[in-house]
Amino acid sequence: MTKIVIDGKEIDVPPEFTLLQAVEAAGGEIPRFCFHERLSIAGNCRMCLVELKGSPKPVASCAWGVRDCRPGPNGEPPVVNTKTPLVRKAREGVMEFLLINHPLDCPICDQGGECDLQDQAMAYGVDSSRYADNKRAVEDKYIGPLVKTIMNRCIHCTRCIRFSAEVAGVPELGAIGRGEDMEITTYLEQAMSSELQGNVVDLCPVGALTSKPYAFAARPWELSKTESIDVMDALGSSIRVDARGREVMRILPRVNDDVNEEWISDKTRHVVDGLRTQRLDQPYIREGGRLRPASWSETFSAVAAKVSHTAPDRIGAIAGDLCAVEEMFALKQLMALLGSPNLDARQDSAAIDPSAGRAGYLFNGTIAGIERADALLIVGANPRREGSVLNARIRKRWRAGKFPVALIGERVDLTYSYDYLGAGPETLAELAAGRGAFAETLKKAERPMVIVGAAALTRADGAAVLSLAAKAAVELGAVKDGWNGFSVLHTAASRVGALDIGFVPGQGGLHAAHMANSGALEVLFLLGADEVDAPAGAFVVYIGTHGDHGAHRADVILPGAAYTEKSGIYVNTEGRVQIANRASFPPGEAREDWAILRALSETLGKKLPYDSLGALRRVLFAAHPHLQRIDQVTPGDAADIRALAGKGGTPDKAPFRQAFDDFYLTNPIARSSAVMAECSALAEGRTMSAAE
Amino acid sequence: MLKDEDRIFKNLYGQGDWGLEGARKRGSWDDTKSILNRGRDGIVNEVKASGLRGRGGAGFPTGVKWSFMPKAIGDRPHYLVVNADESEPGTCKDREIMRHDPHLLVEGCLIAGRAMDCASGYIYVRGEFIRERERLQAAIDQAYDAKLIGKNNIHGYDFDLYVHHGAGAYICGEEMALLESLEGKKGQPRLKPPFPANMGLYGCPTTVNNVESIAVVPDIMRRGAGWFGGIGRPNNTGTKLFCISGHVERPCTVEDAMGVPLRELIETHCGGVRGGWDNLLAVIPGGSSMPLIPAGATGCDDLLMDFDGCQKHKSALGTAAVIVMDKSTDIIRAMARISYFYKHESCGQCTPCREGMGWMWRVLTRMAEGRAQKKEIDMLFDVTKQIEGHTICAFGDGAAWPVQGLLRHFRPEIERRIDEYTHRAEAAAVRVAAE
Repeated sequence: MTKIVIDGKEIDVPPEFTLLQAVEAAGGEIPRFCFHERLSIAGNCRMCLVELKGSPKPVASCAWGVRDCRPGPNGEPPVVNTKTPLVRKAREGVMEFLLINHPLDCPICDQGGECDLQDQAMAYGVDSSRYADNKRAVEDKYIGPLVKTIMNRCIHCTRCIRFSAEVAGVPELGAIGRGEDMEITTYLEQAMSSELQGNVVDLCPVGALTSKPYAFAARPWELSKTESIDVMDALGSSIRVDARGREVMRILPRVNDDVNEEWISDKTRHVVDGLRTQRLDQPYIREGGRLRPASWSETFSAVAAKVSHTAPDRIGAIAGDLCAVEEMFALKQLMALLGSPNLDARQDSAAIDPSAGRAGYLFNGTIAGIERADALLIVGANPRREGSVLNARIRKRWRAGKFPVALIGERVDLTYSYDYLGAGPETLAELAAGRGAFAETLKKAERPMVIVGAAALTRADGAAVLSLAAKAAVELGAVKDGWNGFSVLHTAASRVGALDIGFVPGQGGLHAAHMANSGALEVLFLLGADEVDAPAGAFVVYIGTHGDHGAHRADVILPGAAYTEKSGIYVNTEGRVQIANRASFPPGEAREDWAILRALSETLGKKLPYDSLGALRRVLFAAHPHLQRIDQVTPGDAADIRALAGKGGTPDKAPFRQAFDDFYLTNPIARSSAVMAECSALAEGRTMSAAE
Repeated sequence: MLKDEDRIFKNLYGQGDWGLEGARKRGSWDDTKSILNRGRDGIVNEVKASGLRGRGGAGFPTGVKWSFMPKAIGDRPHYLVVNADESEPGTCKDREIMRHDPHLLVEGCLIAGRAMDCASGYIYVRGEFIRERERLQAAIDQAYDAKLIGKNNIHGYDFDLYVHHGAGAYICGEEMALLESLEGKKGQPRLKPPFPANMGLYGCPTTVNNVESIAVVPDIMRRGAGWFGGIGRPNNTGTKLFCISGHVERPCTVEDAMGVPLRELIETHCGGVRGGWDNLLAVIPGGSSMPLIPAGATGCDDLLMDFDGCQKHKSALGTAAVIVMDKSTDIIRAMARISYFYKHESCGQCTPCREGMGWMWRVLTRMAEGRAQKKEIDMLFDVTKQIEGHTICAFGDGAAWPVQGLLRHFRPEIERRIDEYTHRAEAAAVRVAAE
């Protein structure tokens, strides 16, 4: 610790602190534009200047380290002043320079109300301009469908450049030109291709980069802000849902160092318009091959009539990827009351058996744990698409150095370099047997991590692949005392929650794939399940939010609530229990899914024993106590992985494939979003032109 | 006046052979081995004792700078980088060295490299210097062929020397921007600290020196610190290349002793100011980024051309590029043009410089016409003060100083011009009204 005097107050700070950190530790505040905690230091905005005793010029506090300060002649601690007239004059000067070429079009700027420049101008701006000449005019750039540019407003802080180069790992933004002609652009005005590009909008301290889909839609002060959890992938990124009245206007990231730091993927952010379109807002019944609007009681009666004439083992239920734990739990209980063992939440037929232990399907290494890992093997996954934010975390670790990464599976651009070991299970078997240079690397590493992708487990030989991956993890030292690096990267937000509550076939029950076989079932409940084909001839009850695949096939549609419209528990791929909150209400007659199931159960004569969400949760927590520990991870038992490794099996030779072809269209909400469709088309065009 | 035998740059005008043979005749490469054998401390102490101050503009003592390098080679190699990106307007001394006496530089690099345990050196040559680069490269090739440098050379100290060609940006002459550019990045100054002696080229300990600073080292080592220190005044020792341009009879680059009076310098070597000494309006003593010094008893008349002498007149020696302006000069337009240069060359990285350069240039351009208000004079001075000292590198200071110099010494001229413009406008208005 080093002593330093800040504004007359002596404090102890670690020597590696910058002056800015030291001042904040002393309770002071320093204005800044270019500095951002998660990006490299640029020191170019000059807003954070402070006075350092002994230095002839004011110094940039964001870049000046405490250890760079020289002590006084008699060894006194260095003295920093942040409130002197000199500092104030310097900052006012910088503010004036920033404003002379800034358009001051705040009334029509989407950043208005949450603009750093606006806020700091309140503190350091003067009331009138001394600049009598014409302001600079900069042409707006096209940089993709998600980010709108008004480059007149740019203050050249280079946060966006540093983000795309450092965090996103796709250095597509840069500054061309020099001096006052410097401009931020993608060089040839191409669309950015990063799946994290939306974050540059949050980073931009002014209104130069704003959200294109949200342009001119709302003002920040008229939005109600709800802290919630994202369901677009299995990471459960922390988000803030901003709604105006009933309508969700935008989704922003929240800081959560355990999961998403402060980034979210473009799908998470821009799926918003999908919440408005293609919504199921009233119940439907199919009559004569056509769906007609119906009342809730009518639909319930129709379901009851069908169910009462069906043998329990001819009834099945499949839960989709976006379901909260509560509704799956209610459906599971309903199926139990009906006496049916046919239920499954693994639409993709992932070969995960929850009875083999929780550690066998969790991301045991944890997302934050990636930063402690010192070697990484990725098996059958494309983390860039299956967990974009997690990929940014891997890249962050990789940038820190001494982090060998190897990949088995499809050769893709992960934004960091890796050793490509091979395409299929054979390579994994070689590695598990300890052969190959990378096996040595992993063995030598103190905390190696093995990431197994969801797609590797959805194959016919998924169980064997999982066992083999577990064997590799155990043999190569990823599972040891104090470190469990065996990590399954799921793609569905509901998956771990479903496995935790055992939403899998009971004794003699049918798997999702079998349920889809023609003639296997007479009644099938689809709880937001849109990625399976319902069997021909079955009576399909679809409980969901969007007119997607499941609804098209349904005989009865019961409109449910999307993730922003209900309070629900989600368990992310690490096993972290998180709670999503309601930001708005479901449209029309749509209701929360658990309530639909509760009402339906009464009509079916199998009444579920709870009348409120609280009561449901009490039952749920009694059955699965670990779900009470919100925001925490209940770790799995490493012994499960050793047991899993012992299971064996013979994987075939087919190469691993990615979990999905189109990052932007993986669920019914995303498929209803025009913005996602545009991104998808753009991405497709890009791959096509690359293939030419 | 400097005695002929005290000259270091004996082939400054290219009358002799620039090559190895000619250089040897002039004394270069003479028993360099014994110089190298004096070791790190021997060389650094000799240079320190000579009082040599950096010839690139800032005037930091070269020997002291060298002593900042780590004492032993750690896990990172040490680099010597020579700044041959001579872009300061009015300055044309390094190019003469590279064109006509390149072996001074090559030998200097070897000695400086030895003094800092550098295994290699890079010479960053300005983009526009095509011939200079060719000549320098040829000299280095000669040195390699003669086994004077390189691996297993006759001096017993392995040292590689590379020439790198810039793309022609003024800012790349700033040492940190030069390192960025040398690494292949956009030439934008880095933040200090860390200083290059700790984290320089590719993150390794690096010292960046001006061509002239390096080129005089062999002579200092041969003739001794006492000889070099005996020329000039204390703290301002040695000989210096002066580049005199502008309104003199014969503009030239000339070697003279530090502390030579300006008038003597101009009248001895350049044939005097055009129209006589009394026709002098002002000089910029050290390249365009230094404040001008007006003619007269309190200005140019007693100006001694060295660091302290220029400082006495609130200016600086800089690169010793003397720009002479006689009374025919439109001094406001001249400064506006210099401001335009700085606006054009600002890298755009940090706010005060990026935004302030254009502001200064625009106001000065209007002032040159008189199309301004008198209150803007104070405002302009305030703007220069807002730039000065608030930027990452010294570019901002260098652009603000000439404007400050103008405002300090020629305020009446600006006011007169504003008045003139206003009167013209009034007269025109009257005529229109009378029609």
